[in-house]
Amino acid sequence: MSEASASAAAAPTAPVAKPSILDIFIQFLIIGATSFGGGAVAYLKSSLVTKNKWLDDKTFLELFSISQSLPGLNTTNMAILAGDRLRGASGAFAAVVGVILPGAILMTAAGIVYGMHADRPLVTAALKGVAAAASGLLFATFISLASKTLRGWLDVVFIAIAVIAVNWFHVSVLYVLLAVATLATIAYRPRRSDKTLERPAS
Amino acid sequence: MNQIPSLIAVFAYLSLLTVGGGMAAYPEMETLSVNVHHWVTQDQLVHFYSLGQMAPGPNLNMVAAIGAHVAGVAGAFAVLLAFYAPTGLFALIIGRLWIRLENWPWRTSIQNGLAPTALGLMLAGLLTFGKTALRLGHSAEAFLIGLNWIAVAMAVLVLVLMLRTKINPALLVLACGVIGAFTFR
Repeated sequence: MSEASASAAAAPTAPVAKPSILDIFIQFLIIGATSFGGGAVAYLKSSLVTKNKWLDDKTFLELFSISQSLPGLNTTNMAILAGDRLRGASGAFAAVVGVILPGAILMTAAGIVYGMHADRPLVTAALKGVAAAASGLLFATFISLASKTLRGWLDVVFIAIAVIAVNWFHVSVLYVLLAVATLATIAYRPRRSDKTLERPAS
Repeated sequence: MNQIPSLIAVFAYLSLLTVGGGMAAYPEMETLSVNVHHWVTQDQLVHFYSLGQMAPGPNLNMVAAIGAHVAGVAGAFAVLLAFYAPTGLFALIIGRLWIRLENWPWRTSIQNGLAPTALGLMLAGLLTFGKTALRLGHSAEAFLIGLNWIAVAMAVLVLVLMLRTKINPALLVLACGVIGAFTFR
């Protein structure tokens, strides 16, 4: 009885029409064309959660935390995870192609034009300014990321190990990645106390 | 000589290193595309990476510029496919698995372990990038002495503006390009 009434009550408010593959492609194409400055995650959130209401806040955050622990860029990982949630593998494909396409076309054109004009002193000088700005920009991204995710001195030790291995000893990034990730995962291994916490109260 | 097979191999490999962002792969990108394959110079790589900061979408779309520079539109297409397809497939498969592993205690451990790893690799990439971007000409001198202090001042100004204001970073990059055109000639 109670189950039946519960599902009946839930029915009218339940699923909002799922976006079509084309809807997904177009929304991600817009994000791919307008998300200047690397912070595409903010654009993704405003489009997927606020504007189109395709995902709720909780799902978005969950997908975002997964996207950060996968190889690949956050933006493309988010596009794949969100597209997959909305329309399966083809949704994921439409989303990732959409978000990459505008920038990829621009950068392809930039690569070709660069070959024709890069030896001009004015272009070299301008690009030196652009590179200086990019250094500041990327460092700002690092600082805001670090201030959000750093949890203690142990994290600082792992960061130091990675930096010294790559920049001082020129160890391949692949080995540093595997070694530091393994070491840090073991350091943050599940504790017995966590397990007891997770047991359902009887 | 046809560079496309090497482009595909290098960028598929690099994509696996982009944990927590593209900067993690930068030192390896420099080694492979500058020292091993001679596709670009150190300065050109910094230029492409910086231009990528102005383009919309994922900032590592700059890999297309390297592909285009080396082997035209076909090169750009090959690089994009190599760079995005393997990790994309991986994200799709692991993404589905990861959601089912919500209560697996090691899931949190792996996420907690990857966070400082990603930060460390990003900082390592940044230092490699900054070494070229902020250096004086082609100076091979010790890093600090060979610094271009005007470029450093510009970088610091951008850093402060980024942390203190909500200004659009693409505008800052553009402005520094204009200033650079007059200052660094």
